[in-house]
Amino acid sequence: MEQSLFTSILFATIVAGTPLIITALGELVTEKSGVLNLGAEGVMSVGAIVAFAVTHHTQNAFYGVLAGMGAGMLMSLLFAILALTLMANLVAAGLALSIFGVGLSAFIGKPYESIALASQVPVRIPGLASIPYLGPALFEQQALVYFSWIMLGLVAWFLYRTRTGLTLRAVGESPVSAHDIGHPVLRYRYLATLYGGAMAGIGGAFMSVFYTPMWVEGMIAGRGWISLALVVFATWRPLRVMVGAYLFGGAMIAQMFLQGSGLQLSIPAQFLSSIPYAATIVVLVLISRNLKTIRLNSPASLGQPFLPDA
Amino acid sequence: MWLRFEPRTEPSRTMRYLSPVLAVLLMLLFGLFLFKALGKNPMEGFQVFFMKPLKDSYGISELLLKATPLMMCAVGLSVGFRANIWNIGAEGQLLIGALAGGWVALRFDTTGSPLLLPAMVLAGALGGMLWAAIPAFLRTRFNANEILTSLMLVYIAQLMVSWLVHGPWKDPDGFNFPQTKLFDQAAMLPILKEGTRLNASFLIGLGALAVGWLFMNRSFLGYQMKVAGQAENASRYAGFSAKRTVWIGMLAGGCMAGIAGLSEIAGPMGQITEHISPGYGFAAMIVAFLGRLNPVGIFFSSLLMSLLYLGGEQAQQYMNLPSSISKVFQGLLLFFLLGSDVFVYFRPRFGKKK
Repeated sequence: MEQSLFTSILFATIVAGTPLIITALGELVTEKSGVLNLGAEGVMSVGAIVAFAVTHHTQNAFYGVLAGMGAGMLMSLLFAILALTLMANLVAAGLALSIFGVGLSAFIGKPYESIALASQVPVRIPGLASIPYLGPALFEQQALVYFSWIMLGLVAWFLYRTRTGLTLRAVGESPVSAHDIGHPVLRYRYLATLYGGAMAGIGGAFMSVFYTPMWVEGMIAGRGWISLALVVFATWRPLRVMVGAYLFGGAMIAQMFLQGSGLQLSIPAQFLSSIPYAATIVVLVLISRNLKTIRLNSPASLGQPFLPDA
Repeated sequence: MWLRFEPRTEPSRTMRYLSPVLAVLLMLLFGLFLFKALGKNPMEGFQVFFMKPLKDSYGISELLLKATPLMMCAVGLSVGFRANIWNIGAEGQLLIGALAGGWVALRFDTTGSPLLLPAMVLAGALGGMLWAAIPAFLRTRFNANEILTSLMLVYIAQLMVSWLVHGPWKDPDGFNFPQTKLFDQAAMLPILKEGTRLNASFLIGLGALAVGWLFMNRSFLGYQMKVAGQAENASRYAGFSAKRTVWIGMLAGGCMAGIAGLSEIAGPMGQITEHISPGYGFAAMIVAFLGRLNPVGIFFSSLLMSLLYLGGEQAQQYMNLPSSISKVFQGLLLFFLLGSDVFVYFRPRFGKKK
């Protein structure tokens, strides 16, 4: 394969996978604490439009991403209050967050629909970027791509190498025992949920500020849901989240390359666009058919409410 | 903590029915603040959004027209929700129902057969059920989570509609617009009241509510679904089939969503375009929760949700606000409902615990 095609496929795959990694890493930590937040789609949408608007007004993508993160945390705080303090049904509260977030983003985003942002300049890592084939794809990327790699390392280190991470996992496995030995279960769950929201907000910001870069209603197009599926696919392990995200990233850009490849395929564009969604279903089936894998790997209290004084 | 929630020994029936009312009031109150924050006169906003759509009998007919797909989808979904079967892909099932029913219309609308309309409704129901059968099969056979699979199928259904109206089903005389030809009059659901768009699908919707009520409250199968939702272990000990619960829950939702989709294209639209549904399948989940998964409640909450759609259109027309404000209200309503529901299961207690 010639260098340019290989490199550009790899480059595009990484870009397409990045919002998924960021969002899924957030959801992973949330779920590790035992909270199932189905609101990622809504949080990403709101993060995307808030980041877009702030970047547009300040002309500074960093402020934009920060604002997207803040918006994501606010959204997930709403969810946490409902699900953790008011003990609403987790599934319903997560759905509410998704429906509300998608609607809210459409509402806020209306005035921004015909605006395009300047493309963000990639960050070139000297030396590494000169590696043939790989360099330009891996080390001449947007800052948030490196951020996603750093977060992957941090999340893995936090969950498996720190005391707080251990407690967080304990809270997710058995909130009652964790509570009995004096850990503040709800505080852990709140923080884990807020972290998940922050990451989904950044994931959304990546979409609108770096990836497209513009705002279109519905542009998240299921990436929040796919991130949820990724966590299951990864059997709640950080490194596998990354592998899965790049597989999906590849599926998402397949259409671009098939159409541009000059192969004169007579496949309608809509069929190619549906690949990531179909792939999500296939992947869920493959991983879920073995009940034992899911039981062994999923946090034992996932999706169950916890009453501190009951 | 100054405010605590103490579990009730039994869920409060009063609060169960009061909580949706509380949620609606909170939403209205929040709406006033929202209009104010947007620099509009709150009272004018309230008037335009919630009163203006209902000012004449045409407005009422539009309210019932838009409530129809909502009540259909919601009553179907509530069968599954009662058993904790989370079919969140009604939107996709609605679209496939519209495609299946629409295919019958496009193929046979000039044959003059008296069976045309019944065949269309049947095809719509089957289409929706087929789309719902996929997550049901994957759940019962492979244990795949129906929330994610049913939702993914929404996106696939949307792409399928887009492909058909841009490609094979595009009206050759339609100036290249992505839409099918207009159906022949024979393939249109009869109008109930001259001068309005309200059609026979409203009656189908009412019928569905009645059937839903009978099924949930007067049939053994409906009882099994309820037990499966409220006490999984009891249901297992009693030997009720968990797989059957999944199948019934999913298929009921798919069937009704499919008919709802057919009603849209054979009613107000008269053809298939890319915009069959403004999110009815998702809004119907809110309708189902707000109506307490009960057909009578669903009837009223579908009217309210329909009003939110109409209000959004009015706000766009008269107040220069995006019509997506409806979706903000819908989401808020569900938030407030879930929040108010805390009082169903818990008693608020003030002051420190002794």
